[in-house]
Amino acid sequence: MRKLLLLASVILVGLIFVARLFYLQVYNSTAYNIFEDSAIKKEFTYPKRGYVYDRNGKLLVANQPSYDVMVIPRDVEPLDSTDFYEFCNLLKITKADYIKKFQKAKNYSPRLPSPFVQQLSKSDYAVLQEKMRKYTGFYIQKRSLRSYQTTIGANVLGDIGEVNKSIIAKQPYYRLGDLIGKQGIEKTYENTLRGTKGITFIQKDRFNKNIGPYKDGIYDTLPKPGKDITITIESKLQAYGELLMKNKRGGIVAIEPSSGEILAMVSGPSYNPNLLVGRDRSKNFNKLYRDSIAKPLFDRGLQAMYPPGSPFKTLNALVGLQEGVVTTKDRFSCALGYRYGNRKMGCHVHRSPADMNIGIYESCNAYFANVYRRIIDKYDSPAEGMDNWSKHVKSFGLGNYLNNDLSVGQPGKVPTAETYNRGYGKNRWYTTFTLSNAIGQGEVLATPIQLANMAAAIGNRGYYYTPHIIKTIEDETIPNKFTTPKYTTIDKRHFEPVVQGMHDVYNKGTAKRLKVPGIEICGKTGTAENFAIIDSVKTQLTDHSIFVAFAPKDNPKIAIAVFVENGYYGSRFAGRMASLMIEYYIKGEITRTDMENFVLRYSLEHEYEKPFSNEPFGINRKTILDPIDEKDFQQNIKIKAEINKS
Amino acid sequence: MLRENQRRFRLDWITIILFLLLIGFGYVNILSASHVGEITSYFDMSQPYGKQTVFIGLTFVLIVLILSFEAKFYERFASLIYLVAILALLGLFIFGKDVNGARSWYGIGSMTIQPSEFAKFATALAVAKYISDLQTNMQTLKDQIRVAAIIVLPALLILLQNDAGSTIVYLAFFFVFYREGLQQVYLIVALSVITLAVLALKFGIIAAGILTSVVLVARYFLKNKKRPNILQYIIVLIACIAFSYSVKLFYEHGLKPHQQNRISLWLRLEKDPAKLELMKKREAYNLIQSEQAISSGGWTGKGFLQGTRTTGKFVPEQHTDYIFSTVGEEWGFLGSAFVVLLFIVLIIRILYLAESQKSQFSRVYGYGVASIFFVHFTINTGMVMGLIPTVGIPLPFFSYGGSGLWGFTILLFIFIKLDSNKINEW
Ligand SMILES: [Zn+2]
Repeated sequence: MRKLLLLASVILVGLIFVARLFYLQVYNSTAYNIFEDSAIKKEFTYPKRGYVYDRNGKLLVANQPSYDVMVIPRDVEPLDSTDFYEFCNLLKITKADYIKKFQKAKNYSPRLPSPFVQQLSKSDYAVLQEKMRKYTGFYIQKRSLRSYQTTIGANVLGDIGEVNKSIIAKQPYYRLGDLIGKQGIEKTYENTLRGTKGITFIQKDRFNKNIGPYKDGIYDTLPKPGKDITITIESKLQAYGELLMKNKRGGIVAIEPSSGEILAMVSGPSYNPNLLVGRDRSKNFNKLYRDSIAKPLFDRGLQAMYPPGSPFKTLNALVGLQEGVVTTKDRFSCALGYRYGNRKMGCHVHRSPADMNIGIYESCNAYFANVYRRIIDKYDSPAEGMDNWSKHVKSFGLGNYLNNDLSVGQPGKVPTAETYNRGYGKNRWYTTFTLSNAIGQGEVLATPIQLANMAAAIGNRGYYYTPHIIKTIEDETIPNKFTTPKYTTIDKRHFEPVVQGMHDVYNKGTAKRLKVPGIEICGKTGTAENFAIIDSVKTQLTDHSIFVAFAPKDNPKIAIAVFVENGYYGSRFAGRMASLMIEYYIKGEITRTDMENFVLRYSLEHEYEKPFSNEPFGINRKTILDPIDEKDFQQNIKIKAEINKS
Repeated sequence: MLRENQRRFRLDWITIILFLLLIGFGYVNILSASHVGEITSYFDMSQPYGKQTVFIGLTFVLIVLILSFEAKFYERFASLIYLVAILALLGLFIFGKDVNGARSWYGIGSMTIQPSEFAKFATALAVAKYISDLQTNMQTLKDQIRVAAIIVLPALLILLQNDAGSTIVYLAFFFVFYREGLQQVYLIVALSVITLAVLALKFGIIAAGILTSVVLVARYFLKNKKRPNILQYIIVLIACIAFSYSVKLFYEHGLKPHQQNRISLWLRLEKDPAKLELMKKREAYNLIQSEQAISSGGWTGKGFLQGTRTTGKFVPEQHTDYIFSTVGEEWGFLGSAFVVLLFIVLIIRILYLAESQKSQFSRVYGYGVASIFFVHFTINTGMVMGLIPTVGIPLPFFSYGGSGLWGFTILLFIFIKLDSNKINEW
């Protein structure tokens, strides 16, 4: 027995030690990650972020250097009180700030660097850099911030901001304090613009001294600069659009039909992109974000879904022709509307009976109710007819995401049989239940960019290119989904009468006062009823003003959709703005200064205040035109002159 | 010629192979832990690994020398060797050189020699010699005191030279004495002392008292055939409580602050976060760095010369006492478990050989060798992986240093020589 004491002890110790090693090295050890190894210092070199140019090569976005003080909490050594005081002074923070920031960094990770004080001013940086050696555990990280060369296009250009922890968790490329595209093209072209940061791994000793490159630098990488991009925006047109949208809310999207390139993408109200640069970014962002009334961050050109109204009638004409249920000569009478059962869809006074041409330029509801019924009732069941109609409509890019390179978007809505089966029960509904689709009301919803794209498809006589914002990327070709035409389900030969109808809208229809000398514009006015909940009562507000157009009539250079919140009838604001944009783009100057003065002079702010006034208010017919101060008007004229010069 | 061959054949090659593996792998790790920049020459005498190359070379000369003596020589001259070792230790008080506050080195030119490393085998020889004497009976108090004196003398001298770590090693001889007939009560007392000391420090004197009472009451009722004197039990209880109290007193007032902190860290006694923070920068610094280096090795380690914490010299004294952390970082769990296995197999092999000795001298000596290796291995490795409070002693054959390497080599090869001679003793 005595022999066994030592033997047993040896075996016991052996087992305990192996167990301990297992615990330390396998059980309790995370996979080796060089970024968490405090023996290896990681120095990041941030590359130049790609510049952004407009379609004419005008520089829109460049960079400016920025310096962040970073901290690795575990490496920090206590400072004596004079050094501490000096450090806080240099950083312009209080002792309490210091403790709070340090604790926050430590809570995130004692081993990994966290930003401590961000975006130092150049002079602060210069002073601090001299003394940085004293503050073990802190270092200065150079980054590049954006420098906007323009005050327009905030919704297009977007901005960059600090990554959050959920992004870091998903994409290990990013580390705390890194900047990432948050909105606009900065977001969609983040990977192209950002480049790849360079890393140098440095072996440290326990006194935090560098003792040379880690493994002779085999893991080190050089920064790869971000690529410059050219976007499709015509910045003069964009600036002009933003000026026209001043004192109004709404969206303008202009597309080049022959390529799908977005020429302008306006959302009102807008803001200066420079607000979202630098130390005040989050303060300014929150201010914009919290404005739940004007919603400046809501891109109305891309995100606002409304019933498209009359411009949608052109599609019903095309579907009718394609399905062979109507010819351009078929005439339908209109007695101030269309009666079905004991209900009536109203219309206005015009020539009756109407053929297709009259139907379009007079925007006759009765005409389109008849065409629509023929389309649906061509088939045995309304469900079949509805699905067939839906397929045609969707081929114009409606009812689904456009799948493009913009950071936000909405699918809109095109009903199918399923929509009504769900509402009324399977096969328990008739064509008449869905009749408002005939005039673009009811279940149909579209965004301005979808309507602009629809106009482009009509202008192209049957195809479109997915609207996109990228024109060229340095050393890269743009995705071929943007360069391959998408054909609608309507044969080319059916377009001409519809195009002529839209042209006659300018010749003798609702837009006859909007004619631009020398340009053959095709367009269509529209309105959308809308409501607000005021003191829990659903209250109707002044209609939204909508206009869809393309020009010239043949081989169009521009297709446009304008949508002005509470602008009343289509030609009142939206029609004028669309015509002005078209003239400005095609001619480079405005001859219809009367129209321009109208848009620049009248504000809709009074309209937007109505729901919050706590007083009864009139809408549509009872609304009045509200001019801005003469001084402000002159200011607008001055801005226009500057845009012209740029 | 034939005789020569037979003699060499009787050397225990298993032990020798284990020894060579340890020396070889140890050298590899010293290279990693001590190199700065490129390794230009393995004989670069300005670098620890260069010196270690020479130390290892000389070790083989030493082995040949040890094996060339007759086995009987070691038994016959055991007392003399012991005397020389004691004189060498005494001489330190006059000629010794202070290194890191310990006066345990002789300086000869640029070389230093640490006699305490050689005192171990000398003491093992003396103990073997004394116990193997026919007149010695380990059951008697007289012999117990005398044999204790043999180990206390060098241990005390080493303690006086401020090398507490090396002193603790002499506790290894307890295993030898126990094997050779020391009464069981010593073992019980030893275990009780350790248990009570830890209990008193960690949970307080009351906890120690309660546990003692529980054990005593249990024993009282289990042994109810022959009712022992209750008074005896009460005396034992009081003694235990008094002991616990004195441990606490000694901990608080008898220890130097750094020793106190090491124990405090080990038993996690410190609760004040500010003081803990400070300890992490001082006493616990080595330990934390060492554990981090080991942990970062994972399953298979970062590879030879690839340890980032080793290359960055994050673990102070890594090539000496903390060499095992290099194994942990660069060779991972597989490498470190392999080293643990090598030591365990070596010690068990020595134990097995010791038990098979015909002469009591060889057996006791072999037991001494196994015990010393066991204590060194347990304390050093246990400390490096954070299981045992910090005690500065080397890992045999692994840690950098000539004296240690030679001391352990002599210790082992005298036994290999004795073992090779066992057939001649018929
Ligand atoms: Zn009509």
